[in-house]
Amino acid sequence: MHKKMMFSFPDEVLEHVFSFIQSDKDRNSVSMVCKSWYEIERWCRRKVFVGNCYSVSPRMVIRRFPEFRSIELKGKPHFADFNLVPDGWGGYVFPWIAEMAGAFPWLEEIKLKRMVVTDESLELIAKSFKNFKVLVLSSCEGFSTDGLAAIAASCKNLKELDLRDCEVDDLSGHWLSHFPDTVSLVSLNISCLGSDEVSFSALERLVGRCTNLRTLRLNRAVPLDKIANILRRAPHLVEFGTGTYAADLRPDVYSDLAGAFSSCKELKSLSGFWDLVPAYLPAIYPACSKLTSLNLSYATIQSPDLIKLLSQCPNLQRLLVLDYIEDSGLEALASTCKDLQELRVFPSDPFGAEPNVSLTERGLVAVSSGCPKLQSVLYFCRRMSNEALVTIAKNCPNFTRFRLCIIEPRTADYLTLEPLDVGFGAIVQYCKDLQRLSLSGLLTDRVFEYIGTYAKKLEMLSVAFAGDSDLGLHHVLSGCESLRKLEIRDCPFGDKALLANAAKLDTMRSLWMSSCAVSFGACKLLGQKMPRLNVEVIDERGPPDSRPESCPVDKLYIYRTVAGPRFDMPPFVWTMEDDPSLQLS
Amino acid sequence: MEGSVAYDNDLNLKATELRLGLPGTHDERQEQQQKQPVSNVRNNKRPSGESYGQNEAAPPPKAQIVGWPPIRSYRKNNSQPKKTDTEGGGIYIKVSMDGAPYLRKIDLQVYSGYPELLQAVENMFKFNIGEYSEREGYKGSDYAPTYEDKDGDWMLVGDVPWEMFITSCKRLRIMKGSEARGLGCGV
Repeated sequence: MHKKMMFSFPDEVLEHVFSFIQSDKDRNSVSMVCKSWYEIERWCRRKVFVGNCYSVSPRMVIRRFPEFRSIELKGKPHFADFNLVPDGWGGYVFPWIAEMAGAFPWLEEIKLKRMVVTDESLELIAKSFKNFKVLVLSSCEGFSTDGLAAIAASCKNLKELDLRDCEVDDLSGHWLSHFPDTVSLVSLNISCLGSDEVSFSALERLVGRCTNLRTLRLNRAVPLDKIANILRRAPHLVEFGTGTYAADLRPDVYSDLAGAFSSCKELKSLSGFWDLVPAYLPAIYPACSKLTSLNLSYATIQSPDLIKLLSQCPNLQRLLVLDYIEDSGLEALASTCKDLQELRVFPSDPFGAEPNVSLTERGLVAVSSGCPKLQSVLYFCRRMSNEALVTIAKNCPNFTRFRLCIIEPRTADYLTLEPLDVGFGAIVQYCKDLQRLSLSGLLTDRVFEYIGTYAKKLEMLSVAFAGDSDLGLHHVLSGCESLRKLEIRDCPFGDKALLANAAKLDTMRSLWMSSCAVSFGACKLLGQKMPRLNVEVIDERGPPDSRPESCPVDKLYIYRTVAGPRFDMPPFVWTMEDDPSLQLS
Repeated sequence: MEGSVAYDNDLNLKATELRLGLPGTHDERQEQQQKQPVSNVRNNKRPSGESYGQNEAAPPPKAQIVGWPPIRSYRKNNSQPKKTDTEGGGIYIKVSMDGAPYLRKIDLQVYSGYPELLQAVENMFKFNIGEYSEREGYKGSDYAPTYEDKDGDWMLVGDVPWEMFITSCKRLRIMKGSEARGLGCGV
């Protein structure tokens, strides 16, 4: 009797239940329970996430989810951030916009990461979606302020415009004046724009009329003395990014600024601070006790000033900072900021041969010891020891993200001169929930054995200048059950491990290998055997078949897809062909 | 599908190994696990032959590795005041070609003169530029390389001395057809 009742829920009830399920993964699971759940779920999915824009075609997405309102797409592989993916590789959003423009005019949100977005695409968005509300472009390129002007002018219901870390072509600062009087932005992030790209008066007017503005991140061009006026027009800001934080010290400017910051009683997050002049730093002190997030990674201030500032921020959860903070600053951080969850320390002089600051493993050990909630770390330094890593691992079993970059490749344990295998081994052994790991320093195949054995929840692994042989790669591919993204550069990994673990690649989003030892022949074989993978060879030296098959390819990008090979490749990318006669059932 | 295979560690990968090292240096770290006094290690040189005291010559200047350390380009100049148009010392400009659906970026400082630059651009976009003459521009091809200078004007590449060019060039565009021919004559 009960069983019968369960299967006779009307669709509307199921739909209502599903509406509480927001996570993409959960929605995917729901859709696999049975055919009727698949049907109901696909009609009521409102947010679609596509982690690799080439894994599926726009048409397929639209066909399966006819009523979505929000789409998130990611394009280029992560290593594109470090110039390893040649310009022109791909990741064009236009075909997606074109398909969606035709299919549904009621689209509200578009979020893109590492994609090429042209002015034409932006203009099409502006023209096609009458209720468009949210545009988030993260690390995108290819557009200019003309495209932004089109969005501003036509999207009357725009709530969020976020251009984080984009490369925008400067043409005119007046695109901001294209926003109509009625627009009511909640979030505006223009921090990536260059010096000619913003008109201050237009900005002030815009901020003044957006009474619901909660997030405002300015670009470097906005001078210090303009901030007070802007802040006074937006007293309910929760997140604020300054422009250049430098000026000659003038008491009137200082007190104006301090007054403006104290009038913003809801500020939780601050960023910007380019060229920061320490004398102006106390102006933000009134806001410090409520701050949960602070991004000082563009501020070239020294440790004593940082320590003074951080001592005012007991509720800090997230800190981004340059290595000027030094070990002493991190020790102070560890004693004041007990709620710290995320720490990122960037190098101030990444290309210098000698260290310019006293930042070593000691600082990270101190934070790991003093901050029990620490979960996410990105740390650039110049020396490390196994002993330190083991201590850190034991102190922080809750790590979910651990990215360590020892600046000089293949640097050994500075105390014992041994590889850092044991140290990273401790990280994966103690941090059972680790999802993301980046390795550096001197590492042998042994570290990969540890990773394959212990890192069962690891989803993303970044490897550079490490390992001795294919065994290393084999350990990772055969052991890491949750692995989705693997990116490798300059490692002696070749054909054997890749071919032996070909089936694993079907379960992952993508694999990147550059400056390794994978031969063209192996790439061809992989492409032939695996119909659901696109095996892309990226080689600017010329066609790979102009060299012997045993020659290693320069760069290799493999990803699973149901859309087949793509057709927008530049001349230096080749997709290996399927061969049905070689495929395994 | 091949199951787990017994691996021997004797794969001679050195033959195909892609290493970053100057020709002639040999990475000996795996064969020499000798302990060194701590003071010797307090340097940032890679453990190549030099640090084992076998080579008395001064180590060659460190070549910058592409994409390492892994930081975004907008973070690279954090220890200096704001510099526009430079990224760790290079002069990066965008190169586009009429009809090509992609842009390239190049570092002008890498080239020593026009012939090298034009050769590189020809290779990038797979076309031929033709012969340059001051009077007639680029003859023998449908394409002409042009650039936008600091004043926003479009000029033919090659008209000004190289040093002046690299400091004033904002971007490069390979023009096609009549537009190109128009620029070439009587400038």
